[in-house]
Order: sequence, then C-alpha cells, then structure tokens
Amino acid sequence: MKIYHPFPIVLSVLLWLSLATAAYAQLTIEIIGGGANQVPIAIAPFKGEETLPQKVTAVVVADLVRSGLFRIVDSGGLTAIPAEPAEVQYPVWTARGADALAIGSVSPLPNGYWDVRFRLLDVAKQAQLTGFAYQVTTQQLRSTAHKIADAIYEKLTGDVGVFGTRITYVVKQGTRFELQVADADGYGAQTVLASNEPIISPKWSPDGTRLAYVSFERRKPIIYIQSLLTGGRTVAANFKGSNSAPAWSPDGRRLAVVLTKDGNSQIYLINADGGNLSRLTQTGTIDTEPSFSPDGQWVIFTSDRGGSPQIYRVPVGGGAPERLTFEGSYNVSPRYAPDGKSFVFIQRNGGRFNVAVQDFVSKQTQVLTENGIDESPSFAPNGRIILYATEIRGRGILAAVSSDGRVRQRFSAEIGDVREPAWGPISRSQ
Amino acid sequence: MRKLIFSIAALALLAGCASQGAKEQPGAAVEDRTPGVGEIKPPVTVKPDRAPVAKPVTSKPIVANPLKDPNNILSKRSVYFDYDSSVIKDEFKPAVTAHARYLSQNRSAKMVIQGNTDERGSREYNIALGQRRADSVKQMMLLLGAQESQIETVSFGEEKPRAAGKDEASFSENRRSDIVYAGE
Repeated sequence: MKIYHPFPIVLSVLLWLSLATAAYAQLTIEIIGGGANQVPIAIAPFKGEETLPQKVTAVVVADLVRSGLFRIVDSGGLTAIPAEPAEVQYPVWTARGADALAIGSVSPLPNGYWDVRFRLLDVAKQAQLTGFAYQVTTQQLRSTAHKIADAIYEKLTGDVGVFGTRITYVVKQGTRFELQVADADGYGAQTVLASNEPIISPKWSPDGTRLAYVSFERRKPIIYIQSLLTGGRTVAANFKGSNSAPAWSPDGRRLAVVLTKDGNSQIYLINADGGNLSRLTQTGTIDTEPSFSPDGQWVIFTSDRGGSPQIYRVPVGGGAPERLTFEGSYNVSPRYAPDGKSFVFIQRNGGRFNVAVQDFVSKQTQVLTENGIDESPSFAPNGRIILYATEIRGRGILAAVSSDGRVRQRFSAEIGDVREPAWGPISRSQ
Repeated sequence: MRKLIFSIAALALLAGCASQGAKEQPGAAVEDRTPGVGEIKPPVTVKPDRAPVAKPVTSKPIVANPLKDPNNILSKRSVYFDYDSSVIKDEFKPAVTAHARYLSQNRSAKMVIQGNTDERGSREYNIALGQRRADSVKQMMLLLGAQESQIETVSFGEEKPRAAGKDEASFSENRRSDIVYAGE
C-alpha cells in the first residue's frame, strides 16, 4: 500500500519559522503538509514576555505547528491580553474559532529567576484543562516553553509530547565529522565528538545520558559509549575486524552489536562496559542492524541469509529467527516502534530507498516517503514521528514524517551534510 | 631489518588499539532534571590514531622495498568488485596471489584489508558488504599460503569513498578492497 501526500507547503508557516529561527539556528526546520484534523488553538502572548530575549509563546507556537496537529488561531489585536482566567473574554475566542486557549505570564523574581505561569483553557466549556507554574533561569526559558507545548499536546491529543526531547545526528563538513546533540526543534546544537574520520550509528541509551556510536578514528570501526554528563567515553567493542551497529537493550545494561571477529558480520550481545560477550546469530551470511523490542525479548535485524537483505526477528535468548519482510529484494535498517507493535525500515523499490512501516500482526506495509534516497529511520519516543536522513540536491539533510504519513518536516544545517539521526528518549521527570 | 620494522609497527598498532577512553565516573548517573539544558560537556576531539612508522636507523641505502616498487605487482593494492558482489574477478587474481606469496614468505608481515562499498543503501549494511569484500580477498590469500594471524579484515563501508561523484564511474571506484601492510 502506498500513501500519497498532496498537501501543499504552508508558506506562512515557513516565513514565520524562518523569522523565529534566524537568531540561533544550526538546524532550520521546514514543514510540509498537515494533519487532517487540526485542533484550532489560540496562544495569547504571555504577559511580560515582550522584553524577554526568548519569547515563550513563540516557541510554543512553533512546536505545535511543527506537529501538524494544530491550527494556530490569531491572537493579535486585543486591547487587553488575558493572563488569568478571570481576564478571558470567551466570546472573543469563540468568534475567532478557537477550541482551546493558552494564557500565561512571565515575571522576574528577586533571585534573577523567572516565574512562568501557564494555563490551558477549554473555550467552549470555559474551564481550565491544565496549568503549571515554573521558576526558571533565562537559559531555561526555551525548555520551559517546550514543556508547555508538551502539556498542551498531551491534553489535546492524548499522546505524549516530544517537544522537550533531544535528537542526535552527525554533521559532515569537508573532512570533518561532528556528532551533535540538539533540541528536537533543532536549537541548541552541541558537539559531542569531533573527528577527522567518519562517525556513524549513534544510539541513545534508554535514560538519555549516553550515546553509543561507531567511530573510524583508529582506521577501523570501533564502538564507543560516551557520557553526555561527563563527556568521558569508553570502548564498548574493539575486537579484531569490524565493530558496528550498536543497539541498546531497554534496561540500558546491554548492547546488541555486530562483530566480525569470528568471520562474517554476526550479531552479539555484550554488556555496556564491554564484558559478558555472547553470540546471538549463527549464520555464514550477513546479520546486522539489530534493534531491541521495547520489552527486551526480541531483536529484529537485517540478514541476507535468504539471498537478499530482509528483516528477521529472533528471541534475545536465542532460537530460530523468523523472516518478517517478503516484498522486494532489499529491506534494511529496522527499528522497533516504541509500542512494539510495528517496525520502521528502509525498503528499496526500483532503485529507490524509502521509509516504510510494517505492522507485526497484520504484516501490512505502508511506504511513508517517496524521496528515494532515505536512510536510518527511527521513531520519536511517542511513536508519532519518524526521523530519517535523506538528500536534497545532493546535500544530506534530516527529515521527519508522521507515522501516518500526513505531516513532514525537514531539518537542514546551514553548512555541511547532516545524517545518521536518532531521536532521544523522554526524560523521566517530565 | 624489514621484518623487525614490521614487528615494531605491529606492536605499535596493537598498543594503539588498547582502550584509551576515559572511564565514566561512577557518580555520573545523577542528572539535573530541572527544565533546561546544559548537561552536555565540551566536545571530545579525536585525531586519527596513526601507528607510528618505524624508520630504519642506517646510513646505507635501503634495498628497494618490493611493496613500494611501482614496477612490482605488490604495488597493486586495490581489488575492485561488481555491484553487490564480493567475487574476485580474474584480472585481480595475480595481484592477490602475489600478496599471498609475500605473506607466506615473510611470516612477520601483517596486513589489513579494508573493504569498501559505493554509497547506495544502508550504511550499516554496507559495513557488512565491505567486510565481505575484505574477507573474500583474505580467503583467497589463506588458500594460497598466508596465515590467519597475518591478516585483519575491516570494513569502511561507504564511509571513506575514494571517488566523490554520484555516477557509475565513482561507484565502481568505491567498490573495492584495499591492502595496507602494517606500518604503512
């Protein structure tokens, strides 16, 4: 089954975003398409935010628009901006077609912090849906805005918001490779590792504090684990031959890795500290790209044991692998959905490589993209968005598509090629 | 003398492979979860860890190294492959045979065979395909008398293309195994 996306580019959104991102952006985002049923929501400017270096509502609006699930109702031209429920004139918002209204305020505290208050109101019922107050530093205003957007998203869609999460990816600029981590909206990119040799396959530890990746800095692929807290790193796998394709177990204690120490590329399990190695697959063919199921009981992977690369599933404790893909002669790069009910992968069709999702029960496959040079797909932690790498005019960029194929985004760096993306987990305290 | 140099270089390579990563601090698991940012430490910058090349300390002119002699078949270091294939084509068999003979006659000589692919398809799957191309060259050398301990096969996948283009000429240049002797 193939789904087409006739949605036009929303120009006003593009303009708005480019203005909003100009000051900071290392990655800029472009939205294509939109959800079928967008929630109309008004975000009143927060009282007191006019003078802030970072306007909270601008970030909230950008997050909600990016999801494709919201239509922003104009909140301009008011004589008095409501900051408290008692100040809200509901008929005004009803007339403008808003189902929901966010109001709030930002006020300075004597200790240099900011007091950020926010309420989400149901316009029809004239009732509060949710509300929060935060005391934050100036540097935390952006992440606070993401928390507000997450709260709105969760209340109005019933899904977990991922605006406050982070992504990782590799930027190649000339002969320089940088492993970077940025907020999910592309802001605040920081370099975790810089090297003159390639870096591939970064994977977040389940708690979001570490990255496993493959670096070629010693003239062969070696798997490292690097702490985002200390910057310190350890070697997870450096055996004779190639060491690649790390995947974290859901408890963060083990990795599935691909080693060639015994000959051909095979999947092994190893402790994150490099100990307790055991072999998971036993073939004379290629077995690679492992991904753990969310319950930790299964590993899906790519194998050409049947003559062409296809996706298989094997119990973590060992056993007979089961073939999952049958359509086409090249199905690779599988990753489990967070709910374990489906997996995303790359399917080659007539020389074109597209992102596809297959349901475990129905075995139905849905091709979600049509750019033809897509790679390295992974789910956002709420399962609603798939992040992947692609190319535009020969340049590597990141792109995202909603898991129903309706909403798309592109992330591009000002310079260089961006590739190998992975979406980080939801912070447990959120 | 050359054998000695290779041994030294091999040792240096081995030393270079030992773990140098800083250990993570045991207390590092506590993360500040206040809203905000700033838990990412300054980047680690790495430089390619080249094995130091031992140079002979001698004033005598060195006897021509067969590995360096452009007229010697041992100077041929690349084996090219067809798309999605790791079969060694006839035109490359003489060079592979010569390297196998060199290894069998120089038991302290060691080499790394680096497999490469073109850019199409999955990066990780291409690592595995490149590995298969390197292994294919190794298997032929083993049959011809080289020893397992003399050869390490690694894969660069599509990560280190020699040709940058997106045409078939570039792709075929990049579908390749390279032979690199220890110390080179």
